[in-house]
Amino acid sequence: MQTSYSSSRILLPVRPWFIGLSLTVALLLNFLPTAAWPGVPDWLALVIVFWSVHEPRRVGMGLAFLFGVAMDVADASLLGQHALAYVLVAYGASSLSRRILWFPLAQQALQVFPLLLLVQLVQFSVRSMAGADFPGLAYFVGPCLATLLWPVLTFVLLLPQHQPVDRDANRPL
Amino acid sequence: MDHQPPPFFKRGPAPLALLSFYVTLSVALLVVDARLQTLEVLRQALSLFTHPVQQFAHLPAQLLDNATGYFVSLSRLQDENVQLKRARLENVTTLLRTQQLEVENERLRKLLAVKERQQASGQLAQILYAARDPYSRRIVIDKGQQDKVVAGQPIIDDAGVVGQVTRVFPFVAEVTLITDKEQAVPVQIVRTGQRSVVFGLGNGQLELRFLPANADVQNGDVLVTSGLDGIFLPGFPVAKVVHIERDTSYSFARIFCMPLAGVENFSEVMVLDPRPAVALPAQLASEAAGREAKPPVRAGQARKKRLRKD
Repeated sequence: MQTSYSSSRILLPVRPWFIGLSLTVALLLNFLPTAAWPGVPDWLALVIVFWSVHEPRRVGMGLAFLFGVAMDVADASLLGQHALAYVLVAYGASSLSRRILWFPLAQQALQVFPLLLLVQLVQFSVRSMAGADFPGLAYFVGPCLATLLWPVLTFVLLLPQHQPVDRDANRPL
Repeated sequence: MDHQPPPFFKRGPAPLALLSFYVTLSVALLVVDARLQTLEVLRQALSLFTHPVQQFAHLPAQLLDNATGYFVSLSRLQDENVQLKRARLENVTTLLRTQQLEVENERLRKLLAVKERQQASGQLAQILYAARDPYSRRIVIDKGQQDKVVAGQPIIDDAGVVGQVTRVFPFVAEVTLITDKEQAVPVQIVRTGQRSVVFGLGNGQLELRFLPANADVQNGDVLVTSGLDGIFLPGFPVAKVVHIERDTSYSFARIFCMPLAGVENFSEVMVLDPRPAVALPAQLASEAAGREAKPPVRAGQARKKRLRKD
Protein backbone atom coordinates (compact mmCIF):
# COMPACT_ATOMS: atom_id res chain seq x y z
CA MET A 1 0.00 0.00 0.00
CA GLN A 2 1.33 3.38 -0.89
CA THR A 3 0.64 6.92 0.16
CA SER A 4 -1.57 8.80 -2.22
CA TYR A 5 -3.08 12.19 -2.81
CA SER A 6 -6.30 11.40 -1.02
CA SER A 7 -4.79 9.19 1.65
CA SER A 8 -6.44 10.90 4.59
CA ARG A 9 -7.76 7.45 5.33
CA ILE A 10 -5.25 4.71 5.79
CA LEU A 11 -5.84 1.54 3.82
CA LEU A 12 -5.41 -1.99 5.12
CA PRO A 13 -2.70 -4.09 3.44
CA VAL A 14 -3.94 -5.88 0.34
CA ARG A 15 -4.72 -9.58 0.53
CA PRO A 16 -2.86 -11.62 -2.13
CA TRP A 17 -5.87 -13.82 -2.86
CA PHE A 18 -7.88 -10.75 -3.74
CA ILE A 19 -5.30 -9.75 -6.36
CA GLY A 20 -5.50 -13.24 -7.83
CA LEU A 21 -9.27 -13.17 -7.77
CA SER A 22 -9.49 -9.81 -9.52
CA LEU A 23 -7.06 -10.90 -12.23
CA THR A 24 -9.02 -14.12 -12.78
CA VAL A 25 -12.29 -12.23 -13.01
CA ALA A 26 -10.69 -9.88 -15.55
CA LEU A 27 -9.54 -12.90 -17.56
CA LEU A 28 -13.09 -14.28 -17.46
CA LEU A 29 -14.46 -10.94 -18.65
CA ASN A 30 -11.98 -11.00 -21.53
CA PHE A 31 -13.06 -14.51 -22.46
CA LEU A 32 -16.72 -13.48 -22.80
CA PRO A 33 -17.89 -13.82 -26.40
CA THR A 34 -17.76 -10.10 -27.20
CA ALA A 35 -16.10 -10.31 -30.59
CA ALA A 36 -19.12 -8.64 -32.19
CA TRP A 37 -18.67 -5.39 -30.21
CA PRO A 38 -15.41 -3.70 -31.11
CA GLY A 39 -15.24 -1.13 -28.29
CA VAL A 40 -15.10 -3.50 -25.33
CA PRO A 41 -12.15 -2.57 -23.10
CA ASP A 42 -9.34 -5.02 -22.38
CA TRP A 43 -10.25 -5.80 -18.76
CA LEU A 44 -7.11 -7.76 -18.06
CA ALA A 45 -4.84 -4.93 -19.22
CA LEU A 46 -6.79 -2.51 -17.02
CA VAL A 47 -6.50 -4.69 -13.91
CA ILE A 48 -2.81 -5.42 -14.55
CA VAL A 49 -2.17 -1.67 -14.82
CA PHE A 50 -4.16 -1.09 -11.64
CA TRP A 51 -2.22 -3.58 -9.54
CA SER A 52 1.10 -2.58 -11.09
CA VAL A 53 0.38 0.98 -10.02
CA HIS A 54 -0.92 0.14 -6.54
CA GLU A 55 1.17 -2.92 -5.67
CA PRO A 56 4.26 -2.87 -7.86
CA ARG A 57 6.03 -5.27 -5.48
CA ARG A 58 3.38 -7.98 -5.80
CA VAL A 59 2.13 -7.77 -9.38
CA GLY A 60 4.79 -7.37 -11.99
CA MET A 61 5.96 -8.50 -15.34
CA GLY A 62 5.94 -12.21 -14.49
CA LEU A 63 2.20 -12.35 -13.85
CA ALA A 64 1.58 -10.05 -16.82
CA PHE A 65 3.50 -12.44 -19.05
CA LEU A 66 1.60 -15.51 -17.81
CA PHE A 67 -1.81 -13.90 -18.28
CA GLY A 68 -0.72 -12.55 -21.67
CA VAL A 69 0.16 -16.03 -22.90
CA ALA A 70 -3.20 -17.32 -21.63
CA MET A 71 -4.93 -14.56 -23.60
CA ASP A 72 -2.94 -15.43 -26.73
CA VAL A 73 -3.94 -19.08 -26.58
CA ALA A 74 -7.61 -18.29 -26.00
CA ASP A 75 -7.71 -15.47 -28.50
CA ALA A 76 -6.35 -17.28 -31.56
CA SER A 77 -3.76 -14.53 -31.94
CA LEU A 78 -0.01 -14.80 -32.42
CA LEU A 79 1.60 -16.45 -29.39
CA GLY A 80 3.35 -13.68 -27.46
CA GLN A 81 1.32 -10.76 -28.79
CA HIS A 82 -0.64 -10.06 -25.61
CA ALA A 83 2.30 -11.20 -23.47
CA LEU A 84 4.61 -8.57 -24.96
CA ALA A 85 2.01 -5.83 -24.61
CA TYR A 86 1.16 -6.71 -20.99
CA VAL A 87 4.82 -7.02 -19.95
CA LEU A 88 5.64 -3.59 -21.40
CA VAL A 89 2.60 -2.00 -19.80
CA ALA A 90 3.30 -3.62 -16.41
CA TYR A 91 6.81 -2.20 -16.51
CA GLY A 92 5.54 1.23 -17.48
CA ALA A 93 2.87 1.23 -14.79
CA SER A 94 5.17 0.08 -11.98
CA SER A 95 7.83 2.63 -12.87
CA LEU A 96 5.23 5.41 -12.99
CA SER A 97 3.35 4.23 -9.91
CA ARG A 98 4.87 6.75 -7.48
CA ARG A 99 3.96 9.63 -9.74
CA ILE A 100 0.49 8.43 -10.73
CA LEU A 101 -0.66 7.90 -7.14
CA TRP A 102 -0.03 11.53 -6.23
CA PHE A 103 -2.76 12.76 -8.53
CA PRO A 104 -6.50 12.82 -7.85
CA LEU A 105 -8.48 10.08 -9.56
CA ALA A 106 -9.48 11.99 -12.70
CA GLN A 107 -5.89 12.95 -13.39
CA GLN A 108 -4.73 9.41 -12.58
CA ALA A 109 -7.02 8.23 -15.35
CA LEU A 110 -5.38 10.68 -17.76
CA GLN A 111 -1.97 9.29 -16.84
CA VAL A 112 -3.17 5.73 -17.29
CA PHE A 113 -4.64 6.39 -20.73
CA PRO A 114 -1.29 6.33 -22.62
CA LEU A 115 -0.44 3.04 -20.94
CA LEU A 116 -3.70 1.45 -22.06
CA LEU A 117 -3.21 2.88 -25.54
CA LEU A 118 0.24 1.30 -25.53
CA VAL A 119 -1.35 -2.16 -25.11
CA GLN A 120 -3.30 -1.72 -28.34
CA LEU A 121 -0.44 -0.04 -30.19
CA VAL A 122 2.03 -2.80 -29.34
CA GLN A 123 -0.44 -5.45 -30.49
CA PHE A 124 -1.22 -3.50 -33.64
CA SER A 125 2.45 -3.07 -34.55
CA VAL A 126 3.15 -6.76 -33.92
CA ARG A 127 0.25 -7.84 -36.09
CA SER A 128 0.97 -5.36 -38.87
CA MET A 129 4.52 -6.72 -38.99
CA ALA A 130 2.98 -10.17 -39.43
CA GLY A 131 0.90 -8.84 -42.33
CA ALA A 132 -2.47 -7.83 -40.88
CA ASP A 133 -4.56 -4.84 -41.91
CA PHE A 134 -5.59 -1.88 -39.77
CA PRO A 135 -8.63 -3.14 -37.83
CA GLY A 136 -10.39 0.22 -37.77
CA LEU A 137 -10.52 3.09 -35.31
CA ALA A 138 -12.99 1.21 -33.12
CA TYR A 139 -9.99 -0.80 -31.97
CA PHE A 140 -8.84 2.25 -30.02
CA VAL A 141 -12.21 2.95 -28.42
CA GLY A 142 -11.53 0.22 -25.85
CA PRO A 143 -8.69 2.10 -24.10
CA CYS A 144 -10.82 5.27 -23.96
CA LEU A 145 -13.66 3.42 -22.22
CA ALA A 146 -11.16 1.72 -19.92
CA THR A 147 -9.78 5.14 -18.96
CA LEU A 148 -13.27 6.30 -18.01
CA LEU A 149 -13.61 3.18 -15.88
CA TRP A 150 -10.43 3.88 -13.90
CA PRO A 151 -12.11 5.75 -10.97
CA VAL A 152 -14.82 3.08 -10.72
CA LEU A 153 -12.23 0.33 -10.78
CA THR A 154 -10.15 2.07 -8.14
CA PHE A 155 -13.17 2.25 -5.84
CA VAL A 156 -14.15 -1.37 -6.38
CA LEU A 157 -10.70 -2.91 -6.10
CA LEU A 158 -9.72 -0.88 -3.02
CA LEU A 159 -13.00 -1.63 -1.26
CA PRO A 160 -11.67 -4.65 0.70
CA GLN A 161 -8.83 -2.49 2.01
CA HIS A 162 -11.05 0.22 3.47
CA GLN A 163 -11.14 0.27 7.25
CA PRO A 164 -14.38 0.52 9.13
CA VAL A 165 -14.85 4.08 10.32
CA ASP A 166 -15.17 4.13 14.12
CA ARG A 167 -14.17 7.42 15.58
CA ASP A 168 -12.76 7.45 19.08
CA ALA A 169 -13.46 10.75 20.84
CA ASN A 170 -10.51 10.30 23.18
CA ARG A 171 -8.00 9.49 20.45
CA PRO A 172 -8.64 11.82 17.52
CA LEU A 173 -6.02 10.25 15.25
CA MET B 1 38.41 -5.56 -2.87
CA ASP B 2 34.98 -4.40 -3.80
CA HIS B 3 32.32 -4.93 -1.18
CA GLN B 4 28.65 -4.45 -1.91
CA PRO B 5 26.58 -3.58 1.12
CA PRO B 6 24.10 -6.34 1.95
CA PRO B 7 20.65 -5.51 0.58
CA PHE B 8 18.15 -4.57 3.28
CA PHE B 9 15.10 -5.49 1.29
CA LYS B 10 15.03 -8.40 -1.12
CA ARG B 11 13.51 -7.04 -4.32
CA GLY B 12 14.63 -9.63 -6.83
CA PRO B 13 16.33 -8.74 -10.10
CA ALA B 14 16.33 -5.14 -11.28
CA PRO B 15 13.17 -4.13 -13.18
CA LEU B 16 15.09 -3.41 -16.37
CA ALA B 17 16.69 -6.86 -16.29
CA LEU B 18 13.29 -8.48 -15.79
CA LEU B 19 11.82 -6.36 -18.56
CA SER B 20 14.49 -7.34 -21.05
CA PHE B 21 14.11 -11.00 -20.07
CA TYR B 22 10.34 -11.06 -20.60
CA VAL B 23 10.45 -8.93 -23.74
CA THR B 24 13.07 -11.25 -25.25
CA LEU B 25 10.94 -14.24 -24.31
CA SER B 26 7.78 -12.84 -25.90
CA VAL B 27 9.57 -11.65 -29.02
CA ALA B 28 11.09 -15.12 -29.37
CA LEU B 29 7.61 -16.65 -29.02
CA LEU B 30 6.25 -14.22 -31.62
CA VAL B 31 8.97 -14.91 -34.16
CA VAL B 32 8.78 -18.68 -33.75
CA ASP B 33 4.99 -18.64 -33.96
CA ALA B 34 4.78 -16.31 -36.95
CA ARG B 35 7.68 -17.67 -39.02
CA LEU B 36 8.16 -21.31 -38.10
CA GLN B 37 4.69 -22.33 -36.83
CA THR B 38 6.15 -24.97 -34.52
CA LEU B 39 4.41 -23.94 -31.31
CA GLU B 40 1.17 -25.83 -31.91
CA VAL B 41 1.97 -28.41 -29.24
CA LEU B 42 2.61 -25.67 -26.67
CA ARG B 43 -0.64 -24.00 -27.71
CA GLN B 44 -2.55 -27.26 -27.31
CA ALA B 45 -1.04 -27.88 -23.89
CA LEU B 46 -1.87 -24.35 -22.69
CA SER B 47 -5.38 -24.63 -24.10
CA LEU B 48 -6.01 -27.43 -21.60
CA PHE B 49 -5.86 -24.74 -18.91
CA THR B 50 -7.60 -21.91 -20.74
CA HIS B 51 -10.36 -24.04 -22.28
CA PRO B 52 -12.24 -24.72 -18.99
CA VAL B 53 -12.05 -21.02 -18.10
CA GLN B 54 -13.42 -20.11 -21.50
CA GLN B 55 -16.22 -22.63 -21.13
CA PHE B 56 -17.07 -21.09 -17.80
CA ALA B 57 -17.09 -17.60 -19.31
CA HIS B 58 -19.46 -18.74 -22.05
CA LEU B 59 -21.91 -20.30 -19.60
CA PRO B 60 -24.08 -17.16 -19.08
CA ALA B 61 -24.42 -16.56 -22.83
CA GLN B 62 -25.36 -20.20 -23.36
CA LEU B 63 -27.90 -20.12 -20.55
CA LEU B 64 -29.48 -17.00 -22.02
CA ASP B 65 -29.55 -18.67 -25.42
CA ASN B 66 -31.22 -21.77 -24.04
CA ALA B 67 -33.73 -19.70 -22.10
CA THR B 68 -34.78 -17.71 -25.17
CA GLY B 69 -35.02 -20.96 -27.11
CA TYR B 70 -37.28 -22.37 -24.41
CA PHE B 71 -39.68 -19.46 -24.54
CA VAL B 72 -40.07 -19.41 -28.32
CA SER B 73 -43.77 -19.32 -28.98
CA LEU B 74 -45.54 -22.46 -30.09
CA SER B 75 -47.19 -20.82 -33.09
CA ARG B 76 -43.85 -19.71 -34.48
CA LEU B 77 -42.53 -23.23 -34.26
CA GLN B 78 -45.65 -24.58 -35.96
CA ASP B 79 -45.28 -22.04 -38.77
CA GLU B 80 -41.67 -23.00 -39.19
CA ASN B 81 -42.60 -26.66 -39.25
CA VAL B 82 -45.18 -26.11 -41.98
CA GLN B 83 -42.71 -24.10 -44.01
CA LEU B 84 -40.01 -26.72 -43.69
CA LYS B 85 -42.41 -29.47 -44.73
CA ARG B 86 -43.41 -27.45 -47.78
CA ALA B 87 -39.79 -26.76 -48.68
CA ARG B 88 -39.00 -30.45 -48.36
CA LEU B 89 -41.86 -31.38 -50.67
CA GLU B 90 -40.77 -28.75 -53.16
CA ASN B 91 -37.23 -30.06 -53.11
CA VAL B 92 -38.10 -33.72 -53.17
CA THR B 93 -38.39 -33.90 -56.95
CA THR B 94 -34.91 -32.49 -57.44
CA LEU B 95 -33.54 -34.68 -54.69
CA LEU B 96 -35.01 -37.85 -56.14
CA ARG B 97 -33.78 -36.97 -59.59
CA THR B 98 -30.34 -36.10 -58.24
CA GLN B 99 -30.03 -39.50 -56.66
CA GLN B 100 -30.95 -41.13 -59.93
CA LEU B 101 -28.55 -38.82 -61.81
CA GLU B 102 -25.71 -39.65 -59.45
CA VAL B 103 -26.17 -43.35 -60.07
CA GLU B 104 -26.34 -42.75 -63.78
CA ASN B 105 -23.28 -40.50 -63.67
CA GLU B 106 -21.36 -43.17 -61.79
CA ARG B 107 -22.30 -45.79 -64.35
CA LEU B 108 -21.33 -43.56 -67.25
CA ARG B 109 -18.04 -42.67 -65.63
CA LYS B 110 -17.33 -46.35 -65.16
CA LEU B 111 -18.21 -46.94 -68.79
CA LEU B 112 -15.77 -44.23 -69.86
CA ALA B 113 -13.13 -45.47 -67.39
CA VAL B 114 -13.02 -42.03 -65.71
CA LYS B 115 -12.29 -41.91 -61.99
CA GLU B 116 -15.43 -41.90 -59.89
CA ARG B 117 -16.38 -38.73 -58.06
CA GLN B 118 -15.60 -38.84 -54.40
CA GLN B 119 -18.54 -38.94 -52.05
CA ALA B 120 -18.69 -36.16 -49.51
CA SER B 121 -18.95 -37.28 -45.91
CA GLY B 122 -18.31 -35.55 -42.65
CA GLN B 123 -19.51 -34.77 -39.15
CA LEU B 124 -21.76 -32.06 -37.80
CA ALA B 125 -20.25 -29.40 -35.56
CA GLN B 126 -21.61 -26.46 -33.65
CA ILE B 127 -20.04 -23.02 -33.92
CA LEU B 128 -19.14 -22.01 -30.37
CA TYR B 129 -18.00 -18.42 -30.77
CA ALA B 130 -16.02 -16.08 -32.98
CA ALA B 131 -12.42 -15.57 -31.93
CA ARG B 132 -11.85 -12.19 -30.26
CA ASP B 133 -8.83 -11.35 -32.41
CA PRO B 134 -9.86 -8.31 -34.53
CA TYR B 135 -7.16 -8.96 -37.13
CA SER B 136 -8.41 -12.28 -38.40
CA ARG B 137 -11.74 -13.91 -39.18
CA ARG B 138 -11.87 -17.12 -37.26
CA ILE B 139 -14.50 -19.14 -35.50
CA VAL B 140 -14.24 -21.96 -33.01
CA ILE B 141 -16.21 -25.18 -33.43
CA ASP B 142 -16.95 -27.82 -30.82
CA LYS B 143 -15.07 -30.69 -32.48
CA GLY B 144 -11.36 -31.26 -31.87
CA GLN B 145 -8.71 -33.91 -31.67
CA GLN B 146 -11.14 -36.06 -29.69
CA ASP B 147 -13.31 -36.27 -32.81
CA LYS B 148 -10.36 -36.90 -35.14
CA VAL B 149 -10.48 -33.42 -36.66
CA VAL B 150 -7.22 -32.50 -38.38
CA ALA B 151 -5.95 -29.20 -39.73
CA GLY B 152 -6.94 -28.62 -43.33
CA GLN B 153 -10.44 -30.09 -43.29
CA PRO B 154 -13.00 -28.01 -45.21
CA ILE B 155 -16.05 -26.63 -43.40
CA ILE B 156 -19.37 -26.15 -45.20
CA ASP B 157 -22.90 -25.18 -44.24
CA ASP B 158 -26.19 -25.64 -46.06
CA ALA B 159 -25.37 -22.93 -48.62
CA GLY B 160 -21.69 -23.39 -49.36
CA VAL B 161 -18.11 -23.33 -48.16
CA VAL B 162 -17.52 -21.59 -44.81
CA GLY B 163 -13.81 -22.08 -44.29
CA GLN B 164 -11.07 -24.46 -43.35
CA VAL B 165 -9.81 -25.92 -40.07
CA THR B 166 -6.46 -24.32 -39.32
CA ARG B 167 -5.74 -25.23 -35.72
CA VAL B 168 -6.88 -28.20 -33.71
CA PHE B 169 -7.10 -28.31 -29.92
CA PRO B 170 -8.08 -31.32 -27.80
CA PHE B 171 -11.77 -30.38 -27.59
CA VAL B 172 -12.26 -27.54 -30.07
CA ALA B 173 -10.89 -26.49 -33.44
CA GLU B 174 -10.24 -23.12 -35.01
CA VAL B 175 -11.70 -22.46 -38.43
CA THR B 176 -10.36 -19.73 -40.70
CA LEU B 177 -13.28 -18.29 -42.65
CA ILE B 178 -13.00 -17.86 -46.41
CA THR B 179 -13.29 -14.10 -45.84
CA ASP B 180 -10.05 -14.03 -43.83
CA LYS B 181 -7.19 -12.15 -45.44
CA GLU B 182 -4.94 -15.19 -45.33
CA GLN B 183 -7.37 -17.64 -46.85
CA ALA B 184 -7.57 -18.59 -50.53
CA VAL B 185 -9.92 -21.05 -52.21
CA PRO B 186 -9.38 -22.41 -55.75
CA VAL B 187 -12.66 -21.89 -57.60
CA GLN B 188 -14.33 -22.25 -60.95
CA ILE B 189 -16.97 -19.97 -62.49
CA VAL B 190 -20.03 -22.15 -63.11
CA ARG B 191 -21.20 -20.28 -66.23
CA THR B 192 -17.91 -20.35 -68.15
CA GLY B 193 -15.83 -23.01 -66.43
CA GLN B 194 -13.03 -20.47 -65.90
CA ARG B 195 -10.69 -21.49 -63.08
CA SER B 196 -9.24 -19.00 -60.63
CA VAL B 197 -8.49 -18.47 -56.96
CA VAL B 198 -10.68 -16.41 -54.67
CA PHE B 199 -9.03 -14.55 -51.78
CA GLY B 200 -10.58 -13.19 -48.61
CA LEU B 201 -10.42 -9.42 -48.13
CA GLY B 202 -10.85 -9.31 -44.37
CA ASN B 203 -13.98 -7.14 -44.53
CA GLY B 204 -16.54 -9.85 -45.24
CA GLN B 205 -16.00 -9.84 -48.99
CA LEU B 206 -13.89 -11.93 -51.33
CA GLU B 207 -11.87 -10.97 -54.38
CA LEU B 208 -11.30 -12.95 -57.54
CA ARG B 209 -7.75 -12.04 -58.49
CA PHE B 210 -5.54 -12.39 -61.55
CA LEU B 211 -8.28 -12.44 -64.16
CA PRO B 212 -7.61 -10.18 -67.16
CA ALA B 213 -9.59 -6.96 -67.45
CA ASN B 214 -11.59 -8.35 -70.37
CA ALA B 215 -12.36 -11.69 -68.68
CA ASP B 216 -15.84 -13.10 -69.18
CA VAL B 217 -17.23 -12.48 -65.71
CA GLN B 218 -20.64 -10.98 -64.94
CA ASN B 219 -22.40 -9.81 -61.85
CA GLY B 220 -24.26 -12.72 -60.33
CA ASP B 221 -21.85 -15.39 -61.53
CA VAL B 222 -21.58 -18.23 -59.02
CA LEU B 223 -18.17 -19.59 -58.06
CA VAL B 224 -17.82 -23.21 -56.97
CA THR B 225 -14.77 -25.04 -55.67
CA SER B 226 -12.67 -26.42 -58.49
CA GLY B 227 -11.15 -29.18 -56.39
CA LEU B 228 -7.71 -28.65 -57.92
CA ASP B 229 -6.16 -28.06 -54.51
CA GLY B 230 -6.78 -31.63 -53.38
CA ILE B 231 -8.49 -30.36 -50.23
CA PHE B 232 -11.94 -29.08 -51.19
CA LEU B 233 -14.18 -31.45 -53.10
CA PRO B 234 -15.21 -29.94 -56.45
CA GLY B 235 -18.63 -28.37 -56.90
CA PHE B 236 -19.38 -26.69 -53.56
CA PRO B 237 -20.71 -23.13 -53.98
CA VAL B 238 -18.32 -20.53 -52.57
CA ALA B 239 -19.34 -17.04 -53.60
CA LYS B 240 -21.30 -14.87 -55.97
CA VAL B 241 -19.84 -11.99 -57.99
CA VAL B 242 -21.36 -8.70 -56.83
CA HIS B 243 -19.18 -5.96 -58.27
CA ILE B 244 -16.66 -5.74 -61.10
CA GLU B 245 -14.24 -2.87 -61.70
CA ARG B 246 -12.69 -2.95 -65.14
CA ASP B 247 -9.97 -0.31 -65.26
CA THR B 248 -7.97 -0.39 -68.48
CA SER B 249 -4.94 1.08 -66.75
CA TYR B 250 -4.56 -2.16 -64.80
CA SER B 251 -4.03 -5.49 -66.45
CA PHE B 252 -6.36 -7.28 -64.05
CA ALA B 253 -10.03 -6.73 -63.32
CA ARG B 254 -11.05 -6.19 -59.71
CA ILE B 255 -13.85 -8.64 -59.05
CA PHE B 256 -15.59 -8.56 -55.68
CA CYS B 257 -17.69 -11.45 -54.45
CA MET B 258 -19.94 -12.14 -51.48
CA PRO B 259 -19.77 -15.52 -49.76
CA LEU B 260 -22.83 -17.69 -50.34
CA ALA B 261 -22.58 -19.55 -47.05
CA GLY B 262 -23.67 -17.86 -43.84
CA VAL B 263 -20.07 -17.11 -42.97
CA GLU B 264 -20.92 -14.62 -40.23
CA ASN B 265 -23.87 -16.62 -38.86
CA PHE B 266 -23.88 -18.80 -35.82
CA SER B 267 -25.30 -22.12 -36.81
CA GLU B 268 -24.33 -25.68 -37.36
CA VAL B 269 -21.67 -26.55 -39.89
CA MET B 270 -20.36 -29.72 -41.46
CA VAL B 271 -16.72 -30.73 -41.09
CA LEU B 272 -15.92 -32.62 -44.28
CA ASP B 273 -13.58 -35.58 -44.02
CA PRO B 274 -10.15 -34.97 -45.49
CA ARG B 275 -9.93 -35.87 -49.15
CA PRO B 276 -7.91 -38.97 -49.90
CA ALA B 277 -4.79 -38.19 -51.86
CA VAL B 278 -5.35 -38.15 -55.59
CA ALA B 279 -3.76 -41.17 -57.21
CA LEU B 280 -1.23 -39.99 -59.77
CA PRO B 281 -0.55 -41.84 -63.01
CA ALA B 282 2.11 -44.51 -62.51
CA GLN B 283 4.99 -42.63 -64.12
CA LEU B 284 4.34 -39.40 -62.24
CA ALA B 285 3.89 -41.29 -58.97
CA SER B 286 7.33 -42.91 -59.23
CA GLU B 287 8.86 -39.48 -59.94
CA ALA B 288 7.08 -37.95 -56.99
CA ALA B 289 8.18 -40.78 -54.71
CA GLY B 290 11.78 -40.02 -55.66
CA ARG B 291 11.36 -36.40 -54.68
CA GLU B 292 9.26 -37.15 -51.60
CA ALA B 293 7.29 -33.97 -51.92
CA LYS B 294 5.41 -32.92 -48.81
CA PRO B 295 1.67 -32.61 -49.41
CA PRO B 296 0.32 -29.10 -48.74
CA VAL B 297 -1.69 -28.84 -45.55
CA ARG B 298 -3.50 -25.63 -46.34
CA ALA B 299 -4.70 -24.57 -49.71
CA GLY B 300 -4.23 -20.92 -48.87
CA GLN B 301 -0.62 -21.16 -47.84
CA ALA B 302 0.39 -23.43 -50.67
CA ARG B 303 -1.17 -21.07 -53.16
CA LYS B 304 0.41 -18.01 -51.64
CA LYS B 305 3.88 -19.50 -51.81
CA ARG B 306 3.44 -20.31 -55.45
CA LEU B 307 2.24 -16.80 -56.19
CA ARG B 308 5.17 -15.28 -54.42
CA LYS B 309 7.58 -17.32 -56.45
CA ASP B 310 6.10 -16.14 -59.76
